[in-house]
Amino acid sequence: MAKLVTAVIKPFKLEDVKGALSALGIAGLTVSEVQGYGRQKGHTEVYRGAEYQVDFVPKVKIEVAVDDIEAAKVVDALVAAARTGKIGDGKVWVTSIDEVVRVRTGERGLDAL
Amino acid sequence: MEELQKAVEAAAASANAAWLLAASALVLFMTPGLAFFYGGMTRAKSVLNMIMMSFGSIAVVSILWVIYGYSLAFDDDAFGGLVGGLGKIGLKGVITDVPGALPETIFSAFQLMFAIITVALISGAIADRAKFGAWMVFAGVWATIVYFPVAHWVFAFDSDTAKGGWIANQLGALDFAGGTAVHINAGSAGLALALVLGKRKGWPKESFKPHNLPLVLLGAGILWFGWFGFNAGSAVAANNLAGVAFINTQVATASALAGWLIVEKIRDKHATTLGAASGAVAGLVAITPACGSVNPVGAVILGVLAGAICALAVGLKYRFGFDDSLDVVGVHLVGGLFGSLIIGLLATETVTGGANGLFYGGGFSQLGKQAIAAFAVLAYSFVLTYIIGFIIDKTMGFRVDEETEIEGIDTGVHAESAYDFVSGSSTRSTIIGGAAPAGINDQSVREAAPAGKE
Repeated sequence: MAKLVTAVIKPFKLEDVKGALSALGIAGLTVSEVQGYGRQKGHTEVYRGAEYQVDFVPKVKIEVAVDDIEAAKVVDALVAAARTGKIGDGKVWVTSIDEVVRVRTGERGLDAL
Repeated sequence: MEELQKAVEAAAASANAAWLLAASALVLFMTPGLAFFYGGMTRAKSVLNMIMMSFGSIAVVSILWVIYGYSLAFDDDAFGGLVGGLGKIGLKGVITDVPGALPETIFSAFQLMFAIITVALISGAIADRAKFGAWMVFAGVWATIVYFPVAHWVFAFDSDTAKGGWIANQLGALDFAGGTAVHINAGSAGLALALVLGKRKGWPKESFKPHNLPLVLLGAGILWFGWFGFNAGSAVAANNLAGVAFINTQVATASALAGWLIVEKIRDKHATTLGAASGAVAGLVAITPACGSVNPVGAVILGVLAGAICALAVGLKYRFGFDDSLDVVGVHLVGGLFGSLIIGLLATETVTGGANGLFYGGGFSQLGKQAIAAFAVLAYSFVLTYIIGFIIDKTMGFRVDEETEIEGIDTGVHAESAYDFVSGSSTRSTIIGGAAPAGINDQSVREAAPAGKE
């Protein structure tokens, strides 16, 4: 059926990722601003010599629902576009979708994508 | 010839008056500058309270100055060089014109601005937790018992007709623009008040990082600008000494900015914006007493050292566990002490017109005088401030309650908030009470807005 590809990436990579997905013919995606941390555990700021640990780093979350067959290609394109090679590049994961409905027409399943 | 001589003297007096009027306005501007310097360093929920403590000081001290402050500081000595008399209460006799002399009103206005900013400086030590009402009471009492007498000690010079304070005259310590009376005085008071009020909830574990660094830099810039009035104005004339004080102020401040950043780069690996602002202020503080005693090369040395020393000194509060919120001790007390003491080493008679420091062949005597003056003011201010703060805390309470402190002192005490990030979306406000604009639905106008609790 369909898959949901979710990616948490560095905010400045959003435009690159959007371009890569458009090139694959992906019609739409959802973007949210989120905060969190992974293995690098935030970052450190210094004020008059006092160090503050900032736990949550700003990230962008992208969600895109795609056809099963396209999912692998979308993941590859997304990872390639979002990668800088430095710590904190983010994560991508794929989950199954049980049902999709287009609100305007009531279409269901792959037709609704 | 006599006519010509008189005309020249009148022109000179007029030029001095013009400069001192301008300098007075510059020094007043320092206090709003301080408000922003301090305000940016607090958290977003208490920036208004921080700014208000500076503006409140302007109100209280200006009123007291006219009533008795100027008299206590600058009337003829009334008691062993410790305090002025009551002859100039209500600025009596001050507004009289004396032809050919600098109008005393202008001198009085200039010195008023010093009193204001000295009081305002203290507020940085108790950011985020002081009741505004208690602060206003403190400001009035502290100015009366601590500042006005100390200003007499340091700033009231003997003349043919008048007798002044003990530090300026009997002791002969050098303090050109107020390293002792302003910075050691305020810094020592800040330490005492920080001890009376105690630590902020969550300090030092939680984040108390500055909420707006551009505001801090703007405030520091205004302070720097106003400080030319503070230091060069202290020559009380538009003359060469004012020029020396001006250039010394500039180069010492620039050097201290660099000194602070060098320490940061080595210690923390980053030269920071807050460090640049703090270094500049540390330099301004340290050069204040010395700007009429050292030459410009001395000012550079003084500045670099002051920046570095103060950068290290702001860490003292973590080591000793006192919550001096915005480092009044690390910057003003330490910077003021350093600037006052180093006069004993770097003073040169080409600038002072008499006194030499140790490095210029003057021996240890000037250093000794500087130390007596500095530690006398430090001790007097600390003890008296602790007592005043303690009494206010035990009677009306100096600190806001825990809930107000956590939720934000701006809304809790002042019924205002500095920033509205979400207006028009998730939070809608309704006008309740007060002067509602025409056309407001009557049903939305209810009685009594929620009163600020204090």
